[in-house]
Parts: sequence; C-alpha cells; structure tokens
Amino acid sequence: MTTTTQRYTVSIYTENNVGLLNRISAIFQRRHINIDSINSSISEIEGVSRWTIVVEVSEAQIRKIIGQIERQVEVIRAHYFTDDETIYQESGLFKVASELLFEERQIQNIIKESHARIVTVNRNFFVLEKSGRKEEVERLYEQLKPFGIMQFVRSGRIAVTKEPIQITSLLAAFNEQ
Amino acid sequence: METSTLSETATQTTSHAISGSEAVIKCLLAEGVTTLYGYPGGAIMPVYDALFHYHDKLHHVLTRHEQGATHAAQGYARISGKVGVAMATSGPGATNLVTGLADAYIDSTPLVCITGQVGSHLLGSDAFQETDIIGISTPVTKWNHQITDAKEIPEVFAKAFYIARSGRPGPVLIDITKDAQFDTFDFEYKACKHIRSYNPVPKCDTEAIQAAATLINSAKKPLVVWGQGVILGQAEAIFQEVIEKAGLPAAWTILGASAIPTDHPLNVGMVGMHGNYAPNKLTNECDVLIAIGMRFDDRVTGNLETYAKQAKVIHFEIDPAEIHKNVYADVPVLGDAKSSLEALLPLLNPKAHSQWLQLFRELYQLEHDTIIQTDLFPSKEGLTMGEVIQQINEVSGGEAAIVSDVGQHQMVACRYAKFIHSKSNITSGGLGTMGFALPAAIGAKMAAPQREVVAIIGDGGYQMTIQELGTIFQTQTAVKIVVLNNEFLGMVRQWQQLFFDKRYAATEMTNPNFVTIAQGYHIPAQRVTERATLSEAVQTMMQHEGPYFLEVCVEREDNVFPMIPTGASVSDIRLS
Repeated sequence: MTTTTQRYTVSIYTENNVGLLNRISAIFQRRHINIDSINSSISEIEGVSRWTIVVEVSEAQIRKIIGQIERQVEVIRAHYFTDDETIYQESGLFKVASELLFEERQIQNIIKESHARIVTVNRNFFVLEKSGRKEEVERLYEQLKPFGIMQFVRSGRIAVTKEPIQITSLLAAFNEQ
Repeated sequence: METSTLSETATQTTSHAISGSEAVIKCLLAEGVTTLYGYPGGAIMPVYDALFHYHDKLHHVLTRHEQGATHAAQGYARISGKVGVAMATSGPGATNLVTGLADAYIDSTPLVCITGQVGSHLLGSDAFQETDIIGISTPVTKWNHQITDAKEIPEVFAKAFYIARSGRPGPVLIDITKDAQFDTFDFEYKACKHIRSYNPVPKCDTEAIQAAATLINSAKKPLVVWGQGVILGQAEAIFQEVIEKAGLPAAWTILGASAIPTDHPLNVGMVGMHGNYAPNKLTNECDVLIAIGMRFDDRVTGNLETYAKQAKVIHFEIDPAEIHKNVYADVPVLGDAKSSLEALLPLLNPKAHSQWLQLFRELYQLEHDTIIQTDLFPSKEGLTMGEVIQQINEVSGGEAAIVSDVGQHQMVACRYAKFIHSKSNITSGGLGTMGFALPAAIGAKMAAPQREVVAIIGDGGYQMTIQELGTIFQTQTAVKIVVLNNEFLGMVRQWQQLFFDKRYAATEMTNPNFVTIAQGYHIPAQRVTERATLSEAVQTMMQHEGPYFLEVCVEREDNVFPMIPTGASVSDIRLS
C-alpha cells in the first residue's frame, strides 16, 4: 500500500449525540493528523447525522482511521473517497466595501465572470457568496484581494458520492437484529 | 371513569417514583452487580446515600484511591468475565479514574465507571470540583455519556453494560450531574440487547473460514499465536481442540496466557520482547501464521518490516479495526473466536507436524540451558525472581491466579508461572501500568474467593498504589502479596545497562521497611534475604488464611532474557 499522501474526503453517518465531535476528532489527533475541513449536518435519513471531513494522508493511514471511526459505538458507517469519487462543494463569503462596487468597474466583471452571487448590499458593504470547488473560491479571493476584502470566510467541504452509499438498507438490517 | 384512571396513574407514579440515585443502584442490581469499588465525594454523595440502604445487596469496597478502584474492578472483571464497576466523585475523583480507564481500554476489559458531576446549572462554570470528564475520558473509553436528567438513567445504564461486555469488551463511563441524582421519576428497567449503530460481533464469514482451513491443511510449518480474544470469547476448549486436531504449535501473548495449561504439549510459550526463544525465532520460519484474538502489538512483533514476511497470515479477530492495522492478513476471519473456531474445526485435517514441533523443543532446550535453568534453580548466591515464581508454582501446583505488576518481575512471572486454569494471568499488558497489581489482586480475590490469588509486584510499582493495603486490611481480603525487591526500577535499569552505557538515571530506589508498613496495616509479613528460608516462607504465605505480605530481596542487577531489543526483528532475539 502506498505511503504517499493525498487528499481524502471522509463521509461518516452517525447518531446525533453530544460528544461525537470529540470522539471522532480524537482519532485524527492521536495520529497527529491535521483536519483540513470538517462539516456536520443532517443527512437524508431522519435522526442520522452526516460528517464530511477532509484530510491529507496516505491510503494506509486513512484505511486504519476509517476502521477506528467505525469502531465507535455511535458511528453507523464511515467511508473514504478520493476527489474523483465525489461531487463536492465549498462556499465562500466575501464582505467588500460598497463603494468598490460602484467605483471599480472591474469588480462588476469579476462578479459576473465568477458566477458569484450578491447576498446583500447596503450603504457600507456588500456580501458576495461563491460556491464551488476550493480552487474556484480561492481564485475569486485572489481577484478581489487587490481591491481590499473586509472579511472572508470559507466553509468546510460538503460532498456526495457518485456511487450510492447503502446506509438506509444497512440501518434497516441493523434494526432487524 | 376518567377521574379514576387519572388517580390510578397518579398513585402508580408516586409508588414507582424514585430518585436518580436510587435508580443507579437499581440499575446495578438489575445488571447483576454484587460488588463495586469506589470513593465518595461531594458530587456523588446522593448515590452513596442511596447505596447505604442497599448495603446488604450491593457490596461497596472503599479503596484508598480512585485509581485503586478502577484496577480492583479490572481484576474483578479479568478473573470472572463479568463487568467490573467503579465509582468516584467529580473533579479529582473522576480524573483519578483515567489511568484505569486507559488500561481497561487497551486491554479490552469490561468496566462501567460512574462519576458524579456538578449540578447541570453549573456545567461549564468552573464550579468546585468540576472537570470535563466526558472530554477527558473520550479517547480511553469505548463509550461515555453524561446524564443531566434522571429519566435517562435506566436507558443509559442498560446501554453502558451492554456496550462494556459485548463484542470486544471495554470501559464505559457514565457521568451524572448532582441534580439528576436528586430528581425523582418513574423507574422501569429494560436490559439493552441492541444498538442500531453498533455491531459488536461481525457475522462469521464461512468463505474466510474455508480459506483459513485450506491454508492450515496445506501448511508444513504452521504457528498459532493466540491472545486474550480466546479468553474473552470463552473459546478455550474449542481452541485446544483445534490445535490438537491439526497439530499446531501454539504460542501466546502476555494477555493470552493461561487460556490452555502451561504444560500442554502444543503450548510453545510466550511471544514478544521477553517471550520464549523458540516461538519468537520460528515466527520468521513458519509458513502459515495463525493469529487468534490478538492485535500484533509492537511488543509482540518487534520490527514489522521483518516480521513473519515469509508466512501467509490468517487473522481471527472480532474487531474489524484490527485487521491489517499492523500486519497484513492474507486471510482475515472476522467474528468471535468461539464461533469461528467451531466452524473451523470440522474443516481441518488431523496432523502432527512432529518434525516442526521438534524444532520448538530443540530451541526450548537451548533457552532452558542458557537461561531458564539458572533463573529457576540458580547456583549463585543472590536470589533470582525466577526461583520465587518457581517456589510459588511448587506450592500452588498451578492452581493460583497470578496478578503481576509491570516491569522485570512481570516478565519473569508471565514466563515462569504455571497455569492450569484460564483467566489466571492478570496483568497490565497494553498500557503497562505500574501500580496495577495490588488493587487488581483485591478485585480478583473478591470475584473468585475460592481461588488463591498471588500478586507479584516490584518495589517500584508497589509504592505507586501501596495505600491499597488499607483496603486489604479493612476488607480482610486474603490476597498474597509478593514484592520482589531489587531496589531498582529494574526494567528501566536493564535498558540503561544495555542501551545507555549503564547510566542509571533515576532508577535506584531507597526503600522503606516494607514489612513494617504491612504490619502497620496488621497484615502478617515476612522478609526473605536468603535462599535457605525462601521455600518455607512461600509455604507459610500460601498456607496462611488471610492476607499475607512477603518481601523477597533479589539480586539487584539481574536482567530479563531472552530479549528482542526495540526495533529489532523477532528472529534477532538475544539469549544474553
């Protein structure tokens, strides 16, 4: 198994309980692995949470990590994916001074070309929202940076897999036991 | 009609409404708990108050430190196979449980630990004796949960016991806020049999078992390495049948010891850093390595790059996370040891592997002549640790349960203790917790009062939990305590001698008078400094009805051999 590292997206289906964040992040922490991004939300199944964690590790490492995540009592299933196995998005919010919108013609072009969305505009500032791959959000950041960005924030990755994940049938099987 | 139904319900509510604290006790009783270990304090006082009314049903043992409570609960669990229970207050009481939790986690020991917590309105406020024990204990527990509402108590306790004992066992911690202990509710207990996100025992994979059988049947030089999974899975009998039918030499990890008798002809000894010469050496010559209920700890494998590379590996394992974790398994067999081995047995061809076994005997002879003989029957003046174990073997005939601490004496005890019965070797394997043995022996003796329980402890580890002599005195638990005193932290000193040019940094100990200390607790005690009096002293100890303390002053700078130096290959095992 290769020891070269690459980016993996980890998808975890869990019960929705207090303390699971600690339990899951501890598995990365004890191996001295930095988590690039982490997201927790509801999933397509009622009462089941879905976690999306992005890390850069070797395949040997990620396999062992998945095993140790799945070992947790409240974890239903964990999987890891490469970038080509998922459809993934991140979202960035840019807060920019309003005067730029009217004075810098180029800003308007940047917004148009990047397919960013203006969330709100007021006298002092406007907020741009850009969803897409990390690189796309970063490109917009680079383009806006020379004009001055008052605030910037980017969300963690969220991803769905190209192949189906059989969680519903898995849960049904669990419930039958 | 409506009114009468309402009032009936109301009566029922009052008649069944009990406090959270009493509910805790009722949950323990419902789970068949008869003994628990603990230490009271502010945030757990309501539970202790409830316990007061149940003292005839539930025996609470007051240890002298919360760490002692966890190790006692571990000893109880390890010898009986039942869930051990420990209880402590919030803050320092809770943090003192952490070492025991970590030890139980890495050695797969079923524990339920209960901690009191400050009132839920104070959570997060840095209240007196508040600590985030859920956060602290998360990495060292199989599961943990904080209860802030009394109504949760029955369900959480049912889950806790189910999780602790099922699948690969482990410790669970329940933290209960003080208000949840005081609040009343209608108590009803239902045992937990299923958690939807938790699959404790993977289904037996018949294809994998067939593949394993084919490999074993075609093997010329098979070697079994078994671990605690055989004991935890209550698979001792079927395991013995399997190795006997297929003529498989079988070696054990430290936690697997005693699953089959020491003198079984197919028992080829211990693997690992201070294990026996033959099984270590031949790990790198076998053609099929059959691992059963063990996890390829680094103390077992030495350098993984040179570990059994020539062999096909079959791994019987209940925990999927252990498969391929350290050693790649050509045939992983998921499932519990008992059902897997039961399915395997009929598929095996009867074999003897006499020539291959002969090789183990020859290498044993070499180890015997260079090490074992002089360890057990020394001709030099100073006493050896090995001869003390040998004397205990002679008196016990292998009937005793041996509880060892951590260090040189532990390796010597595990190497030389004779076992007839399973669950007889209780030691801190994975975590290597000095101070484990004294309290663990208390728990073991209480769980199996009919058995002789002998604690073998070094002078260093003894002083880490020496206060538990108070528990022994108060409860009159008839444990036999043997301290092998070399006035050194012997294992560290051995490494300093071998790998740090004899720079004995912080390993020499100036010890107190251990006999006087034991006598201070009214425990009969004796010190042996000469070979001439050893045998009689051991007999006196073993024949004594109550607790007994025996200090044996052994050679100060003896080393434990064989030895696989850290980072070396199992086949580079040194005899000197």
